[in-house]
Amino acid sequence: MATTVTPLPEPLDPGAANRALAPRLGSGRLYLRRFARNRGALLGVALFVLLVLFSVFGSLFTRFAYTDADFAALTQPPSATHYFGTNQGGNDVYAEAVHGLQRSLVIAVSVSVLTIVLAAVIGAGAAYFGGRVEKLTLMVIHFLLVVPSFLILALISHHLAGDWRVLILVLTVFGWMSTARVVWSLSTSLRERDYVLAAEFMGVRPWRIVMRHIIPNLGSLLIVNLTLGVVATVLSETALSFLGFGVQTPDVSLGTMLADGSGTITSAPWLFGYPAALVVLLTVSMTLVGDGLRDAFDPTSTSAALRGRR
Amino acid sequence: MTLTTAGMHPPAESAAPAPVLSVRDLSISFPSEAGPVQAVRQVSFDVLPGQTLGIVGESGSGKSATAMGIMGLLPETAHVSGRVLLGGRDLVGLNDRQLSAVRGKGIGMVFQDPLSALTPIFSVGRQLSDALRVHQSLTKQAAWNRAVELLDLVGIPDPHRSARSFPHEFSGGMRQRVVIALAMANSPSVIVADEPTTALDVTVQAQILGVLRTAQAETGAGMVLITHDLGVVAGYADEVAVMYAGRIVEQAGAKELFGRPTMPYTIGLLGAVPRPQARADRPLVPITGEPPSLVKLPAGCSFADRCPAAVDACRTQEPALAAVPGHGQVACLRVGDIADGHLAADSLFPAVADAEEHGGAGSGGEVVLRVAGLAKTFPVTKGALLKRRVGTLHAVGDVSFELQAGQTLGLVGESGSGKTTTLLEIMRLRQPEGGRIEIVGTDVAAQGSPERARELRRAVQIVMQDPSGSLDPRLSVFQLLAEPLQAVGADRETIQARVSELLHLVQLDASVTDRFPSALSGGQRQRVGIARALATEPRIVVLDEPVSALDVSVQASIVNLLTKLQRELGLAYLIVAHDLAVMRHVSDRIAVMYLGHIIETGDTEDLFTNPRHPYTEALLSAIPVPDPQLERSREHIVLEGEQPSASRLPSGCVFVDRCPLYRLLDDGLRQRCRTERPLLGSAGPGSGHRHACHAR
Repeated sequence: MATTVTPLPEPLDPGAANRALAPRLGSGRLYLRRFARNRGALLGVALFVLLVLFSVFGSLFTRFAYTDADFAALTQPPSATHYFGTNQGGNDVYAEAVHGLQRSLVIAVSVSVLTIVLAAVIGAGAAYFGGRVEKLTLMVIHFLLVVPSFLILALISHHLAGDWRVLILVLTVFGWMSTARVVWSLSTSLRERDYVLAAEFMGVRPWRIVMRHIIPNLGSLLIVNLTLGVVATVLSETALSFLGFGVQTPDVSLGTMLADGSGTITSAPWLFGYPAALVVLLTVSMTLVGDGLRDAFDPTSTSAALRGRR
Repeated sequence: MTLTTAGMHPPAESAAPAPVLSVRDLSISFPSEAGPVQAVRQVSFDVLPGQTLGIVGESGSGKSATAMGIMGLLPETAHVSGRVLLGGRDLVGLNDRQLSAVRGKGIGMVFQDPLSALTPIFSVGRQLSDALRVHQSLTKQAAWNRAVELLDLVGIPDPHRSARSFPHEFSGGMRQRVVIALAMANSPSVIVADEPTTALDVTVQAQILGVLRTAQAETGAGMVLITHDLGVVAGYADEVAVMYAGRIVEQAGAKELFGRPTMPYTIGLLGAVPRPQARADRPLVPITGEPPSLVKLPAGCSFADRCPAAVDACRTQEPALAAVPGHGQVACLRVGDIADGHLAADSLFPAVADAEEHGGAGSGGEVVLRVAGLAKTFPVTKGALLKRRVGTLHAVGDVSFELQAGQTLGLVGESGSGKTTTLLEIMRLRQPEGGRIEIVGTDVAAQGSPERARELRRAVQIVMQDPSGSLDPRLSVFQLLAEPLQAVGADRETIQARVSELLHLVQLDASVTDRFPSALSGGQRQRVGIARALATEPRIVVLDEPVSALDVSVQASIVNLLTKLQRELGLAYLIVAHDLAVMRHVSDRIAVMYLGHIIETGDTEDLFTNPRHPYTEALLSAIPVPDPQLERSREHIVLEGEQPSASRLPSGCVFVDRCPLYRLLDDGLRQRCRTERPLLGSAGPGSGHRHACHAR
C-alpha cells in the first residue's frame, strides 16, 4: 500500500461513499489529480504542447518559407542552413515540416471536433427520440459503416482538387458514425435516468433535454474520443495525402512529405525520416493523453492507481 | 437472551456455550483520494450458537463492511486488522484458498440481492448440489437429493421440479429462499445475513424471516443479522449492536435496548422511526445534522456534533464501550446520567410542538385532482428479432380517486401493484389509455392551447424517490432549481429571486447554490428535489417514495418538512410509498392497491385501526415494529405466495389466490370470488371507508 491511491471500491453500503470523501474534491480536481498521477499522460501532454509550439513558432527560426526553392542546395543532408536538409526541388525540409505539421494538426483537430459534435448530437438525439427516428438513424449509421469509406474519400477528395478545407469536410462526413454508434448505445441508458424523466415532467423541451441532460453526461467519453479521434484523423489524412488523394501540391502536409520522401528512403533518408518522426510523435502523444483521460474519468479503473504503485 | 460480550460475563453466565464466532478489535479501512476511510473501528462481539446478533446502523455506519470483513470478501485494497475467530481459528490474514474452505462450511452468507447472488446459467438444484459437493464427499445423486430436501425445507413448492428451474424463473422471495438454502447447505456454525429482506416486499419479508428461523433451527447456527430496519431486529434478534461511524456505540439484549435505549444516538434513532401502531399525533423527531466523514474523524465522540447531551469532554475524548449494569454496553461519557434517569431520554430529543397539525381530512377543499377509471396496459412481447405480442400486462386496472387542496392521499401497495404507473400516467399529462384525469378542473385530454398546457404543467410537479438519481449530476443546485422555471418561460430576475426563496422554503443554506449534487448529503439532495418541485408554485405535488432512499434519522426531518410545506402552501400531496408507518404519519387518506386495483380506501386512522379487506389486514400485520415485546406478542398474518404477475389477471377478485379468508368460505361465495370482480363498496352510509370484497 505504498501510495494508497486506489479509488474507493464500490460502496458496500449505499451512501457510504458519499460521506466517505467528505472534504470533497470537486470532480474536476479529482480527474486532474488522477490524470496527473499518470506519467505517460503527462509525457503525452508535454509532447503535444511542444509539437503545437513547433508548428506555430517553428517558422521563426528559419529564413526559408516552405515554398522557397534553394537551387544552390538540392537534396542536401541536414546542415546549419537547412536544419532538416532539402529535397530534390531545393525546398527546405524544416520549413516544410513546420508547415506540414501545422496543416495536419489543423485538419486533425477540426475534423475530430466536428466529428464529435456531429456524433454526439446525432447519437444522443436518436437515442432520446427513439422510435422511427432512432431506427432510421441507425440504418444510416450502419450503412455508412459498411460502405468502403476510404475509397469514396479517395475519389471525392481527388475530384475536389485537394483543398484542405474540403478534406476536413469529407473526413468529417465519413468519420462520425462509429462514435455516434457508441454515443447512441450509452445514451439509451441515460434516457432512462430519473433526471431525464424529471426534466420531461417539468416540461423541458426535447432538444433541450438532449443538449443539457444527455450530452453533458457523456462528457468523459466525448473528451476521450476527441483525443483518440485526432490520432485517427492524422493517420487517415496522412494516408490519403500519401496516396496522392489528400492535400495537393503546392500545399504541403505530413502525408505529402512522406509520399515525396518514400522514393529516396535509402539515398536521402532525412526526406522521409523527419515527417515520419513527427507523425509518430503526434499520434503517440495523443494516444497517451487519451489513455490517461480514460483512466482518470473511469471511476472503476484501477490502472491509474496501480501504475502509481509499481 | 444472554449474549454478552466476552470479558463482561458475570461468573454465573460463564457456563454458557462457547461462542461460535468471536470478533475482536476488527478495524477496516479503505484507501481513498482524500485519505483512508475508516469504515470499521475496533468492533468486538461474540455470537453464541443458536442465537442472533442484530447489527443495526444507517448507511455508512460500517455494518456491511463488518459482514464482508468476517467473510473475507473485502476488496484487496482494504486494510484489515484485528481478529475474527471462528471456532478458535483466526480468519483474518488467511488467503483466498484457505478462506474458501471456511466459506459455506463454517460461515454461510445470505446476501441482500438474491438475483445477483445466484448464477443465472445453472439450475438452482445444480448450484445447491455443487455447494454441497465442494465441502462434502457426496455422489452427484446424493447431493441432488439433498438439494431437493433443502429446497423443501425453505418452503419452495414442488421442490423436485423447482430444482431443475433457473433463478430467473423464480420470484424475488423464492430466490431469497434458495439463497438461504445455499447458506445452510453445509450446516455452517454461523450464518451472516446482510440486509436479507431489504429488497423484498413487506408480506414477503415476513415469510423470509420465518425461513431464516427455520434455517437457524435446522443448523443450530449462530446468526449475524445486519439491517437498517429496527423493526426487523426487534422481532428477530436476541442481542442488538448499534453501529455509528464505524463503531459499536451500544450493545444490549433486544428487550433492554429497545425498552431503555441509553446511548443518545439510539434514543434519537428510535424516536425518529415512524411506528405503524402509533397515531400520527406523535411527531417524528429527527436527529439534526449528518453522520461525520469517515476520512478525518473528529478526536472526540463521533456523535458529539449531533448529540443534545454532549458536553465539552465529548469533543476531546472518544468514550470506550463500557458495561452498564443490567444493560449490556454503551459508549457514552454521560452514560451514568442517562442510565440513572438524571438525564431523561425523552428530554434529549424534544418534539417540536407545532410540527403536527393535520388539516381535518376531507374538509371542504377544492378538488384539484380527479382520476376516474384510469387504466394502463403494457404489451408483453416475445422473440428477439421479430417481436410478437404474447400477452398484456394490466399495470393499472381501474383506479379512481379524488384529491382535494391541502389534503394528502397515500397510495399503498407492494411492488408491481401499479402505484408508480398511476403516478407516471398522471405526470404525463396526456390522455390516458383508459379513463379520465382531471387537474384543477381541466381534463388533460382536452388541454387545448399551449398556454393551457403550460399552466397544467405548472400545477403538477413531482418529487422522485432517489434524489441522487433524479438530480442531474452535471448541474449545480442553482441550475437544477432554475430549470423548471426556464421551462415555463420565467425571466432571469424572477428565477434569481425564486431560487433563493425556494432554498429558504426547504431550509437550505444559500451557500449550496453553487454546489453539485454529489457534494450534498442525501437529506440535502432530497430537499433540493422538493424545492425543484415547488418552483412553479404547483397545486399538486406528486411524491414517489420521497423518503425511502434516506436514512431513518434524516427521514424524519424530510417528513416534517413536507408537513410544514403543505400547511403553509396549501398543497395537495399524492404520495406513493411502501412504508406504511411513514404513510400513517403523512396521509389524510389512504388507498391500498393490489394488482392495479384499489381494494380499500378510507381515512388514514380509520383504515389503520379498522382494516376491512383481508389484504390490508395482512399488510398491516406484516410491518415489523421496533418494539420487541409488541412485535413478538402480536398476531401476524403471514400471506402465502407473492403478488402474481399482472399479465394473468384473475377474472374474479384480484386477491383471490392469496386470500386467507377464501379458504374459510362456502362454495357459493368462493365461486363468486373466482368469477366476479368485487366493486369498492361503502361499509356504512356516509363513510368514506370503502373496500372491495365479497366476503366482508
